[in-house]
Amino acid sequence: MQKAIIQLETLTCPSCMQKINNAVKSLDGVEKDSVNVLFNSSKVKLNFDEDKISIKNIENAIDKLGYEIKKTQVKDK
Amino acid sequence: MQRFILNKRNQIAFIGGVLIIIAFISKLGFKNIEIFTWSLIIASIMGIAPIAIQAFQALSVKVVSIDVLVTIAVTGALLIKNYEESAIVTFLFLFGAYLEQRTLNQTRSAIKELTEMVPESALKQMENGEFEEVEVDEVDVGDILLVKTGAKIPVDGTVLTGEGYINEASITGESVPVGKEKDSKVYAGTILDNGTLQIIADRVGEDTTFGKIIELVEEAQDSKSEAERFIDRFSKYYTPAVLVLGFIVWLISRDIELAITILVLGCPGALVIGVPVSNVAGIGNGARNGVLLKGSEIIHDFSKVDTIVFDKTGTLTIGNPKVADIIVYAKNFNEVSSYLASVESESDHPLAKAVVEYIGDTKLYLVENTDVVKGGGIVAYVDGHRVAVGNLSLIEQENVPINEKVREDIARFEQDGNSLVLTSVDGELMVMMGIRDQIRPGVKEDLQKLKKLGVKNLVVLSGDNQGTVDLVARELGLTEAHGNMLPEDKAAHIKELQDKGKIVAFVGDGVNDSPSLALAHIGIAMGSGTDVAIETSDIVLMNSDFSRLPHALGLTKSTANNMRQNIVIAVGVVVVLLASVFLSEWMNMSIGMLVHELSILVVILNGMRLLRYRLRK
Repeated sequence: MQKAIIQLETLTCPSCMQKINNAVKSLDGVEKDSVNVLFNSSKVKLNFDEDKISIKNIENAIDKLGYEIKKTQVKDK
Repeated sequence: MQRFILNKRNQIAFIGGVLIIIAFISKLGFKNIEIFTWSLIIASIMGIAPIAIQAFQALSVKVVSIDVLVTIAVTGALLIKNYEESAIVTFLFLFGAYLEQRTLNQTRSAIKELTEMVPESALKQMENGEFEEVEVDEVDVGDILLVKTGAKIPVDGTVLTGEGYINEASITGESVPVGKEKDSKVYAGTILDNGTLQIIADRVGEDTTFGKIIELVEEAQDSKSEAERFIDRFSKYYTPAVLVLGFIVWLISRDIELAITILVLGCPGALVIGVPVSNVAGIGNGARNGVLLKGSEIIHDFSKVDTIVFDKTGTLTIGNPKVADIIVYAKNFNEVSSYLASVESESDHPLAKAVVEYIGDTKLYLVENTDVVKGGGIVAYVDGHRVAVGNLSLIEQENVPINEKVREDIARFEQDGNSLVLTSVDGELMVMMGIRDQIRPGVKEDLQKLKKLGVKNLVVLSGDNQGTVDLVARELGLTEAHGNMLPEDKAAHIKELQDKGKIVAFVGDGVNDSPSLALAHIGIAMGSGTDVAIETSDIVLMNSDFSRLPHALGLTKSTANNMRQNIVIAVGVVVVLLASVFLSEWMNMSIGMLVHELSILVVILNGMRLLRYRLRK
């Protein structure tokens, strides 16, 4: 399991959270309960399985919703 | 293309606004309906583009967002050729979003200031021995780093060589620079005011004290209370419900105008944003003022507190006993004080330390034949004299004559809550010192403020004897005082208070009071940013500053109020709007959208007031 912290552009609408949350949770290989979208700090925290999905794919899913990714940190868990 | 349109939202809003003005000038000024209509159509189509893109993105992940409601409403308005409404609604929606973004950044500014203090680069010693600038992420534990004057300390570490003064305000809230030399600990995020240091990295990144504080504050500002989770669940179903309601109204009345008006009026805007905004502003104010609040649930609990339990030593008092009273019986005190200091400097008993500190620099003699009397004191030979330092029973054992006057002095000293240190030289009483722990300056006033803020019971629990504790309680105006308590007794007492239905906060130093901190509804640690304090407590008072406590209480009360106000504003607006569609003639989509956007701005501005919150005198 890897732990990722993705810093996004500033989030301003609370429905953004719901969108990102749903999009990331629906990805295979992402641990559903670990997904946490932080509205005020505009970050997404999640755990994922490197064998099933790459961090690039997760980033793409968020990017496709129209949110720019500023910085991603991945750590072993 | 999508990205381009989304990025240009603000410009689109601006052009839309200009087109609407052109439209109304040509209609009212020149009676030109052609230009009027086309300007509005262009404004509508331009304006709906970014909203529709967001709506589709939301639908693709199965979320019915506000964008969906607005997109359908504006499309409907275009279909029934109500261009005035469609243009104005899209403009207001986009312009409102722009203002929201601006004001939201303000409410988040306090916490942003904090995160921007994170060090970004470091001068690391490479294999060839030279120092090179690297990203702070590339520093590992054990690396040797160079820090120059004016630079931030990049990691938690230990000084290897060099000396300097460091401003540790980011960790402790105390801005007086602290001197550092070899083997001193230094902390990430603090600033080297002058000097040059070489340090070895002990902890890096998020493991540093500063990293932990930031993580805590970041998590706190996004933590959710029960009420917020309810609102989240509610809005998940609320928005689709509005969509269904609009559809049903259309089915029954066949009135598209009415149906799409309901879609716009039903937007939950202020409801979802109101509470997070108060939360982030309140926590931001705290972070700026040396109060770490661990989230919105804690704000809620602490705002209702009616009983605060204090640990005594280190919390109400400085935790550092000092000589408070002294009576000299000797004729030549200089000589006696040198003997006394010589004997006491061999001991590490807290009372001995207080005596040595009180006497200060003096001539020290060789101390011989030292005999430590358990529960009594010390007897030793100094400069050929027999010197006894200790309590009354030791002095009595020494057969030192004690007259009536001295007995009265002793009684008075004890009544004042002192521990006694008597000194005799060659069987004659020379000096008596009364030592007690000092009450923190300003604590009395701070406790008074807490009472004014509605705290009914102020309780002190201490391991010290009942007499000392009573004295402190009387001096500070506390309502309850219990002495002779072990840590587990304290926890049991807190449990008892809770069983009586009190909402209890416990204030302690966070080191040996963990059970009480954990058990109380709200655990408040007086920490200088220590790990234990940060982890076990709900609220941390930085730099052990007691005076932050009234601020913390006042702030949480104001924040909790602010949240309630925002919920009332948000719910009130939706209810009034929906009611007026059916009950009034003047309500339409544009007014509805205007009121919505205004209500969102009102809740954000209301939240922003918390950033400037200060306890009234």
